Amino acid sequence: MSELQCDLLIVGAGPAGMAAAIEARARGLTVIVADEGKQAGGQIYRQAAHSPLAHADQVLGADYAAGRPLIARFMASGAQYFAQTLVWQIEPGAPLSAMLTCRGEAGGTLRVRAQALLLATGAQERAWPVRGWTLPGVMGVGAAQTMLKAGGLVPGANTVLAGSGPLLWLYASQLLQAGRTLRAIVDTTPRGALRGALRHLPRAWRAGEYLFKGLRMMRAVRRSGIELYRAARDVEVLGEAQPHLPAKARAIRFRAGGHQYEIPADLILLHQGVVPGGNAARSIGCAHRWDDAQACWQPQVDSWGRSSVARVWIAGDGAGIGGAKAAEHAGELAALDIAADLGHIDPPTRASASRAARAELDHHLTIRPFLDALYTPPPSLRRPAEDVVVCRCEEVSAGEIRRLARLDCAGPNQLKAFSRCGMGPCQGRWCGTTVGELLAEVQGRQPREVGYYRIRAPIKPVTIDELATVLPTDRDFVRGEFPS
Amino acid sequence: MFELLPLSTAATVSIDLDGHTSRVPAHFSVAEALLASGRNTCRASQVSGEPRGPFCMMGVCFECLVDIDGVPNQQACMTPVRPGMQVRNMRGKARLA
Amino acid sequence: MSVPRTFDIVVAGGGLVGMAIAYGLVRTGARVAVCDGDDNAFRAARGNFGLVWVQGKGARCLPYAQWSLGSSERWSSFAAQLTRETGTDPGFDRPGGIELCETAAELEAGHKLLESLHQREAGLGYQVLDNAALRRRVPAASAQLAGALYSRNDGHANPLFTLSALHQAFQLRGGAYLPRHEVTEVRPFAGRFDVVTPGGTFEAGRVVLAAGLGNARLGPMVGLRAPIAPLRGQIMVTEKLAPFLDYPTLVVRQTREGSVMLGDSAENVGLDDGTTRNVMADIARRARTAFPMLAHARIVRAWGALRIMTPDGLPVYEESAAQPGAFLAICHSGVTLAAAHADTIAPWIAGGARPAVIDPFVTARFNASTEVGYV
Repeated sequence: MSELQCDLLIVGAGPAGMAAAIEARARGLTVIVADEGKQAGGQIYRQAAHSPLAHADQVLGADYAAGRPLIARFMASGAQYFAQTLVWQIEPGAPLSAMLTCRGEAGGTLRVRAQALLLATGAQERAWPVRGWTLPGVMGVGAAQTMLKAGGLVPGANTVLAGSGPLLWLYASQLLQAGRTLRAIVDTTPRGALRGALRHLPRAWRAGEYLFKGLRMMRAVRRSGIELYRAARDVEVLGEAQPHLPAKARAIRFRAGGHQYEIPADLILLHQGVVPGGNAARSIGCAHRWDDAQACWQPQVDSWGRSSVARVWIAGDGAGIGGAKAAEHAGELAALDIAADLGHIDPPTRASASRAARAELDHHLTIRPFLDALYTPPPSLRRPAEDVVVCRCEEVSAGEIRRLARLDCAGPNQLKAFSRCGMGPCQGRWCGTTVGELLAEVQGRQPREVGYYRIRAPIKPVTIDELATVLPTDRDFVRGEFPS
Repeated sequence: MFELLPLSTAATVSIDLDGHTSRVPAHFSVAEALLASGRNTCRASQVSGEPRGPFCMMGVCFECLVDIDGVPNQQACMTPVRPGMQVRNMRGKARLA
Repeated sequence: MSVPRTFDIVVAGGGLVGMAIAYGLVRTGARVAVCDGDDNAFRAARGNFGLVWVQGKGARCLPYAQWSLGSSERWSSFAAQLTRETGTDPGFDRPGGIELCETAAELEAGHKLLESLHQREAGLGYQVLDNAALRRRVPAASAQLAGALYSRNDGHANPLFTLSALHQAFQLRGGAYLPRHEVTEVRPFAGRFDVVTPGGTFEAGRVVLAAGLGNARLGPMVGLRAPIAPLRGQIMVTEKLAPFLDYPTLVVRQTREGSVMLGDSAENVGLDDGTTRNVMADIARRARTAFPMLAHARIVRAWGALRIMTPDGLPVYEESAAQPGAFLAICHSGVTLAAAHADTIAPWIAGGARPAVIDPFVTARFNASTEVGYV
């Protein structure tokens, strides 16, 4: 196992991580970037530099293509970049210490000591537990879009999109660009959400390009003739057990406009927006806050991205959902703050160098209040019915969680202890927020008071072999003595 | 269930999915190879045995667990295909011995 | 419905020690409240490995082995009763326990210890297993291990399901469980006690301090000394694996769900319940040495928990001489002793005679110069 040192360790090579690496390198810092993916780009710019599609720009659009120059600048920045590499433990301190395991062809475990750390681990799709969501044939809209970008794959025509949020319209319009179609789109945005969001419109107007793009995508979908259902409720996926074959999804059922519908489909893609992926930050002890507007947890950061833990910054969607361009500028700002903190630039330089990025970041964030008001799912969509599985890994239902909550369970950690909810390999990524919502609902508390799971290393599962290679073989380890 | 759009690359590799040899684009992840071949179920849950398949395609849900070349519980969506790779569905709990 | 203010007995602490005692107390018909901390409190119960373990205990104090053995023998009916009353199964099994020995020297030392204990107490039977005998019982064990020590007195349970069952059984019998009511002060008053919490003050005829590390602060309020210090243990858990290990060992234990727990570390690090890569690596190497097939097993979770350690590692069960009716309960083997806590300690606290078997477990055994815990 080898050991490396650097000024700045960046976890994640999406727009925030790449932009930070570029800026930090320009200021003379030594930079290591670790990312789990095969190539740089994160999720939003996945495979943007080497798309497998023959007509990538035509299908995926200009926003995606904009990732290419960023990736090129990152690859030329002089940062030491480890692809297919998982950062599974981070210990704060001076210097910080992180454990990395590379899972590519040349594997191995590596320790990095850094003067500063930037977490740019991005977001994940929000969990939206509905009856039948664990059936094969149910995936996320983001998952399908990843398959399009990374694989060049599109779903068959017997596919239904269900949920809410810009990604629904983006993905649908990308499929249309590729000459494909969909069986239906089931939009769960509640009646009245737009009215509630209108008060944010003046602000959103400043980033009007987002509004226009959204409207264009929606118009393209409407013109395509794809069946569209609005203000849908009570969404569930129906499965079929076939003789000698495993069960899988066969239809989506929902209510809309006073009627109940059942649409047969081979593939059902669900989406309720994206939320920050918080496990890395929580494992270090970064403080988090509940954001009411986005109904999710976010790490507490200042305007430069500095977290509550010394020498740890967080930027991009992992700090709060803002989209790709906002992430890029937040990455630059964090890098400038880190460079100043490490003495590579002085405060006046930091101030002048950050002005443009700060203005850009503010610009791109003006659309957020409108989008949040329009698309953040209401409590009824965040608090599933009794028989719905909440913890996919351990198959714990909402009913079981509510039962324990009624027994005055102290919080998510005690609930985890009693139900196994959150103990599986996804480490609470798909159940943690729902557990908090259910505890809040039953116990008459706010999600912010209820809290979240205690998250620790390993940040994702690692094998015994990967863990065991950490210790240098020449160093004697003293096992404590047990008195009795 | 999933089809390929026109690709910019023709490179392929040969892999073994559940005993069937398939030629797949070299840029695929194992999960993409499974889904493209019509297999949306890749395991039977270790808790109840119910069928599960890929869900998030970005490495955070741990549903797409498969046995690759004898090593169990690997995330198919995070593993690029390799020539000669043998992929098997996970049936319940992993047997390591 | 508001919570009553007066109870027969208030138990400070809702972990394995507090809840087992509280459960035993409600079985006597007493009106009992458990005042528990919040979700993020230290909670040694959540860090427990789950052993019901007797083997090797008692070298310093034979009664400790006898106390542990007695509890182990009661565990089966304790678990059965909890299952009947709540439908939650503590997951207890007693196939006997195995202490794995990497080297011949370890095996020999362990053998000598167990033999000397067996000589003094016939119930502490054991067997020495060479590598071949070990692998007949545990085929997955490494061919490189020197051997193992086996004792039929040992078993294991699921500490979290045990705690959950105790919570439910306690409440089903009318006990008042009050989370977010951490006891901040106990005020003796005219032979009774005012118990102060953020959620209000309660009055009780008797009070039991089972607040783990919190006992150090509460004890002196009722004339009791609690010389305890935190001793961190780190534990890791794997994904669920097909069954390969039928016996609990001190360092590796496979649960009924299939996951494998790996542990056994001890560090003096104050109140730091985090995990460290060095200890995790050491635990991983030891697990792989004992069971080579674990090399590809994935660790899904790891945690540190702070054991409640007295200077000699032995329990404390004591009634305050200055404030009769105030009791102190301290131990680090909350699962092993859970049955004894419910069946034997609780009746004593409820007003019965003090059982002779717990005679040694008083703080007078520590001379005045024994360091007080730094909590």
